[in-house]
Amino acid sequence: MAELDAFRAETRAWLEANCPPSMRTPMPDDEIVWGGRRARFKNPDSKLWLERMAARGWTVPTWPKRYGGGGLAPEEARILEEEMRRLNCRSPLQSFGIWMLGPVLLEYGSEAQKAAHLPAIARGEIRWCQGYSEPEAGSDLAGLRTRAVPQGEHFLVNGHKIWTSYADLADWIFCLVRTDPLAKKHEGISFLLIDMDDPGIRTRPIRLISGASPFCETFIENVRVPLDNLVGGLNNGWTIAKKLLEHERKMIASIGERQRGAERSLAQLAKTYCGARDGKVADAVLRDQIARHEIDQRAFRLTQRRAAEEAKGGAPGPASAMFKYYGTELNKRKFELLLQCLGTQALGWEGDGFAAEEKRITREWLRSKANSIEGGTSEIQLNVIAKRVLGLPD
Amino acid sequence: MALVLDSETALIRDTALDFFEKRAPVSALRKLRDDKDALGFSLPLWRQMAELGWAGFLVPEAYGGADYGCLGLGQVMEAAGRTLAASPLLATALIGASALALAGSEQQKAAHLPALARGERLLALALEEGAHHAPFAIAATARPSGGGFRLDGEKRFVLDGHVADLLIVAARTSGAPGERRGITLFLVPGDARGLTRTRTLMVDSRNAARLSLDGVELGADAVLGPVDGGADALDPVLDRARAGLAAEMLGGAAAAFERTVQYLKDRKQFGVPIGSFQALKHRAAAMFCEIELARSAVLAALSALDAKSSDTGALASLAKAKAGDAFFLISNEGVQMHGGIGMTDEHEIGFFLKRARAAEAAFGDGAFHRDRYASLMGY
Repeated sequence: MAELDAFRAETRAWLEANCPPSMRTPMPDDEIVWGGRRARFKNPDSKLWLERMAARGWTVPTWPKRYGGGGLAPEEARILEEEMRRLNCRSPLQSFGIWMLGPVLLEYGSEAQKAAHLPAIARGEIRWCQGYSEPEAGSDLAGLRTRAVPQGEHFLVNGHKIWTSYADLADWIFCLVRTDPLAKKHEGISFLLIDMDDPGIRTRPIRLISGASPFCETFIENVRVPLDNLVGGLNNGWTIAKKLLEHERKMIASIGERQRGAERSLAQLAKTYCGARDGKVADAVLRDQIARHEIDQRAFRLTQRRAAEEAKGGAPGPASAMFKYYGTELNKRKFELLLQCLGTQALGWEGDGFAAEEKRITREWLRSKANSIEGGTSEIQLNVIAKRVLGLPD
Repeated sequence: MALVLDSETALIRDTALDFFEKRAPVSALRKLRDDKDALGFSLPLWRQMAELGWAGFLVPEAYGGADYGCLGLGQVMEAAGRTLAASPLLATALIGASALALAGSEQQKAAHLPALARGERLLALALEEGAHHAPFAIAATARPSGGGFRLDGEKRFVLDGHVADLLIVAARTSGAPGERRGITLFLVPGDARGLTRTRTLMVDSRNAARLSLDGVELGADAVLGPVDGGADALDPVLDRARAGLAAEMLGGAAAAFERTVQYLKDRKQFGVPIGSFQALKHRAAAMFCEIELARSAVLAALSALDAKSSDTGALASLAKAKAGDAFFLISNEGVQMHGGIGMTDEHEIGFFLKRARAAEAAFGDGAFHRDRYASLMGY
């Protein structure tokens, strides 16, 4: 206990000394740092903050030090998180490498793969994207058709991926490919790392109902990938794919939790737009709906915390499906309530007549609809719970 | 705040699970119902529970209790909830002991707590007067009389009211119904003159009674806590009742859910287990999520009560609301998924449906607690 207290004091002092003041303010979308070869830092402090945190291994606090991590125990990582929240420190780096690829490389990667990729992820030097879904393989992910054929020292890869988040900005892609077209569909898949700096790879952003284009189509044509970039053995990709999905679900489950700093609460917005009486939201029905949502939200957070305590920092299991399902459904409900609160002020698209906050809510409401689709639909999560947690028969 | 049980509390949970499964299965409640048992629970069972220390879990050691706290008692209540065990756990061990321990004078504690911890004194809280939980809507009066008070009024939904040795009665010493201020708590012997107790037979086969107080004369020493400040004295007691009852409801919901999932695996139609149908799988998976959330809320509330943290009220309401949601959903789905057999009195799943509604009504339903939660959160 005394050691943890000392760690907390030390951490607090270091953050206070090293986190630039502008990194303690709410983060606008265009200042989010994703890193990569083409990283741009609109605010120079973001670069400084990333470098300082990376030098300490704190972009990936629990990873081993030899791979660029902080080597922290789970309790220490939680203290770091708490102290960062206390000071309102921004997250120095957002990264699919950190959230999804890193954990599975640590578990399944060869020593050479870990050494080659993990430190670059930790320092934000390489930006990764995820090549999973295909036009004909959505919920039925294992039906994927992208082919990788061994030819000497290489695989020759051809295929078409879709919903590859930020593929247009990424440097590398971790891909599920079919390496044995004759085997049963789950048994002929491999997990391959591909450098996107290749003329055979093209990306095309997809415009969403929100107006933004966070997802792409990715076309792979006759791309030669070294055999060494195969992770976890030939035709063993589905095991890794499932494990990575658990990490992805955990990431998406926390979608409503991103620290946005100055954002007003549902209740505050309800009072502003619908009126207040005696300090209460005047519309009793809306008030009850807000309370129901906030109660569910709080119980959900408590459950995330309980799961973390039970797992003692271990990897997420099949219960990650519950967090993915419930967290994303909660987030959608939150935005529907926000729309209800704002009335016609939530129906602006662009231009005058609507505050920036109002337009942001409109766009995020539309974006939230993807939450229960990306990373496995809510229906798929319920299937996973039914099968793997409850043991219900196929 | 612990969301995971330490080994000592886990041992209490395991002991309690085993105890209720073996000695008070749902069939025991059915027998009490069918026998029209006058007491409404098994006294020998209660004595055994007292021997295990559970009656005195919230009684300070100085008065013969274990002083183990709400998280520990919550584990026992959850286990009791799994088999719908009827016992004075809620009315006596949780509410009665809390009211005496938190608001009682030295004399009152010494007079009642040791007997309570031994399982030899039963208590009941006489609060409600209307059809809904409303802790300040007290119209029963307590007027000065001699050196003490004279009580008049009607009480309903008094859990264990017809068998309690000692009743804690909320009556108004000033103010008007609906006002917080002006409520006073009184200790009223079960055999007091002017007190009429009528047992009401409830849908869940558990104990409740109506009380009629017609000029019940009490000495000044019958006042529990401050005169006119009964609502303040009652707040922490009610929050314990809500969190503890939420634990019981969580146990009921979890047991009903496990029975239902098992039925989905066993029952065959169209040549396959009905649990292979996605229409049922998805609903079962959604119920699983509700149980998990309710469990976290209950653990948080019980831990907060023991830690005397500042947001105990909000967490108690959170727990009661979430456990209520889960039990409501699962008790309904449990009956539906059992199909025809679920509609029969012979099958036990219906007992869970009945208990769910009675527990929901006690100490505030979901609407009550959402309203309270919103108020506590400033909206």
